[in-house]
Amino acid sequence: MSAGEPVLRVENLNVSFGGRNVVSGVSFTVHPGECLALVGESGSGKSVTARSLIGLAGPGSLVQVETLDVAGRDARNVSQRSWRAIRGKHVGLILQDALTSLDPLRKIGKEIDDALRIHSGLSGAQRAARVMELLDTVGLDDPIRRAAQRSGELSGGMRQRALIASAIAWDPQLVIADEPTTALDATIAASVMARLGELRQTGSGMLLISHDLATVANVADSIAVMQAGRIVERGPKEQVLNDPQHPYTRALLAAVPAGKPRFTRLSPAVDTPATSSHQPAKIVSAQSELASPGEVAAQGEAADVVLPVLSARGLCKSFPLAGKANFRAVHSVDFELLPGRTLGVVGESGSGKTTTARIALGLIKPDAGDVRLFGEPWSAVPESGRRSRRSSLGAIYQDPLSSFDPRLSTGSLLADALSSGATRNPRSHSKRINELLEMVGLEQDVAARNPARLSGGQRQRLAIARALAPDPRVLICDEPVSALDVSIQAQVLDLLDELQQRLGLSYLFISHDLSVIRHMSDDVLVMRSGEVVESGATEAVFTAPQHQYTRELLAAAPPLLRGR
Amino acid sequence: MSILEPALPSVDPVLNPHTARKARPGGTFARQIAAHIPWVVSTAVLLFFVLAAIAPNLLAPVDPLAINPSEAFSAPGAGHLLGTDESGRDIYSRIVHGSRASLLIGAAATGIGLSLALVLGTIAGFGGRWLDFGVGRILEVLFALPGLLLALVFIALAGPGVATTVIAVGLTTAPGYARMIRAQIIALRTSPMVEAATVLGRSRTRILTTHILPNALAPIAVLATLGLGQAILWAASLSFLGLGAPPPAPEWGTMLSAGRTYLVLAWWMTLFPGLAIVLVAAAATVLSRSLKSRGPR
Repeated sequence: MSAGEPVLRVENLNVSFGGRNVVSGVSFTVHPGECLALVGESGSGKSVTARSLIGLAGPGSLVQVETLDVAGRDARNVSQRSWRAIRGKHVGLILQDALTSLDPLRKIGKEIDDALRIHSGLSGAQRAARVMELLDTVGLDDPIRRAAQRSGELSGGMRQRALIASAIAWDPQLVIADEPTTALDATIAASVMARLGELRQTGSGMLLISHDLATVANVADSIAVMQAGRIVERGPKEQVLNDPQHPYTRALLAAVPAGKPRFTRLSPAVDTPATSSHQPAKIVSAQSELASPGEVAAQGEAADVVLPVLSARGLCKSFPLAGKANFRAVHSVDFELLPGRTLGVVGESGSGKTTTARIALGLIKPDAGDVRLFGEPWSAVPESGRRSRRSSLGAIYQDPLSSFDPRLSTGSLLADALSSGATRNPRSHSKRINELLEMVGLEQDVAARNPARLSGGQRQRLAIARALAPDPRVLICDEPVSALDVSIQAQVLDLLDELQQRLGLSYLFISHDLSVIRHMSDDVLVMRSGEVVESGATEAVFTAPQHQYTRELLAAAPPLLRGR
Repeated sequence: MSILEPALPSVDPVLNPHTARKARPGGTFARQIAAHIPWVVSTAVLLFFVLAAIAPNLLAPVDPLAINPSEAFSAPGAGHLLGTDESGRDIYSRIVHGSRASLLIGAAATGIGLSLALVLGTIAGFGGRWLDFGVGRILEVLFALPGLLLALVFIALAGPGVATTVIAVGLTTAPGYARMIRAQIIALRTSPMVEAATVLGRSRTRILTTHILPNALAPIAVLATLGLGQAILWAASLSFLGLGAPPPAPEWGTMLSAGRTYLVLAWWMTLFPGLAIVLVAAAATVLSRSLKSRGPR
């Protein structure tokens, strides 16, 4: 199949914005029926590359390219007007966020019908038949009903399928998919990805862009790894994944938490001052994974009688919906978090993970059931009764920036967090702030900066430092690494591991990412539609899942994430 | 299909290396300066009037109340820069000396409006469902009445004068600010930032005073600049109707009112006080706009 004329040939592509090079010297080809994955972290220039290929580089960009053949035509000097004829007809584009890519006021069927009408002379009836055919092809059930719905009435997965349908409406020779499944839940992402893979059988070439090596591994034939605007490694999938040549590719693969036992480092050891200046990080090998150092942890192993630091029994919570119905967010959830251990909570969006965390934090009151902190009533007492005990329970969130007061600098943020304990002397704050910054691997000069000017990884480190300020025993981590690139995610996970061992912390760790949960947790809860469907020791659940849903969830993870 | 093409100047992003052009750096620099001109001009105008309010004798040594019938209705010229009024008083001097009253009325009215709004907005936004409902209805009633009418009713009840004008104008601007403060507080109350503070064990009062109010007021402060110009305009309107500062006083609205009788004979008596009002109100508006665009997220 790949013997034919390439549907995309790029040689020496350079893109700059205001004199700053974003993409330099990028070359590749895509043959019919081939899928090339362009993989890189945020800022690597992968999306700009894809957009430049079809004349969408955006205002202020300067695109220079030696050869650019798109679908068999020289596309170097194509006007915007001619681009419109090429896009849609010869090149299909699928973007990450189907919600913003689809017109909320128009029906799905109409949206696809438009894509057909612009480029074809088909009659109305022919187009309607084609719309049904397309919706069926992308795997939407009940096409007639779906065609009459608007994008707001569809779930994320359905929207993405509808978007794919409109992108392939005209059998394009080339499909460019930019992070097509990043916003989707694992099981849905897997089926959308499989659907994309099938498109190739019709002979379309595909350029698949993703930040995640693991998700493209199933579909791609070859992989190009981008870093800082350049392709650093390119080759057949098996070669890149199994025998990576470039150090960056190796680092990316090493950062994937799948198949790495508890407490093995995911990031290179030299990256943080905390590991270099403080006592050497205690990295415990896989064999001794339960023997976490720290007094509390030692007690934790001693006997079964040890008290859980945080426990919940029969938690229920419903939220009123429009009309009379109630949305059952959490239903009879039980858990026990033991000292020095990590309890992972995994589930897809809407499974009740965050509601459980918010109940555990005492931010919302459960309708039934109760949470106990160190064996004492927690959710059942009023906020005034909780306030003095709040210092033992900290939290970090998915988006740290929104949890910071925008007026405060990094230093004042930590000072504010420290000032809660009335006994503390304000003068000792600056010493303690430096201590906290060092603990999370941030330089001291960060203290004067505004958190908005920090990188994503630095912000999450700062959030951890703030959570640690009152010396908590328990941290509730709600999707703490989901917004981070895989290499930054690796650093933050390593930091959390290290802090747990050093301070004997207990984590309630929430994530939608199976590989992160498996790497971080001692025990795990699998949640679906507000209920715990399976719980137990992490390895047991992952190697011998009992519940049907757990099996589905595990099967949906790309092989690379299952730990090969 | 071509009829659907929008007539936009489309920049061709894919350029051949030979046709690539660099943007001229001079062009962007000049554009940057041009973008600053309204800001600089409005700041200068406001500074002039603030200086006039603080030290009027520095800018206009002539007594604004000194009567000189022989020079009545002098046209603008060498002796009197902006002419004289029916009693021979210097218009320029009166405008300069009048800026203190006008700015003070504007600032005081805005201050009263903001304070009232802060109380109402905080009660509504932070006080729970029933208080929110109650305050909301009061604000709706106030909104339903035209602002000037509301001010007139208040003056009719309390009697004319500078103090009543200030309170009347403050009253009419309060509902708008109150609604904005309430919306800000409600948005902030459920924000992750406040949640994080709760998790750290902060009391409601402390969260309100250290996190919610400062963040809610930042955007309101910018709007208050806009409101300052508006309040000056309102105060002048009330004085023009004879409900503000009494006639001999050099208040801009009062001057406008006095000049109206002689509009055909001595246009400068109306034009220049009117211009002062327009300048201050416009400058405050421009400044507020540019503060808003530069302001925090």
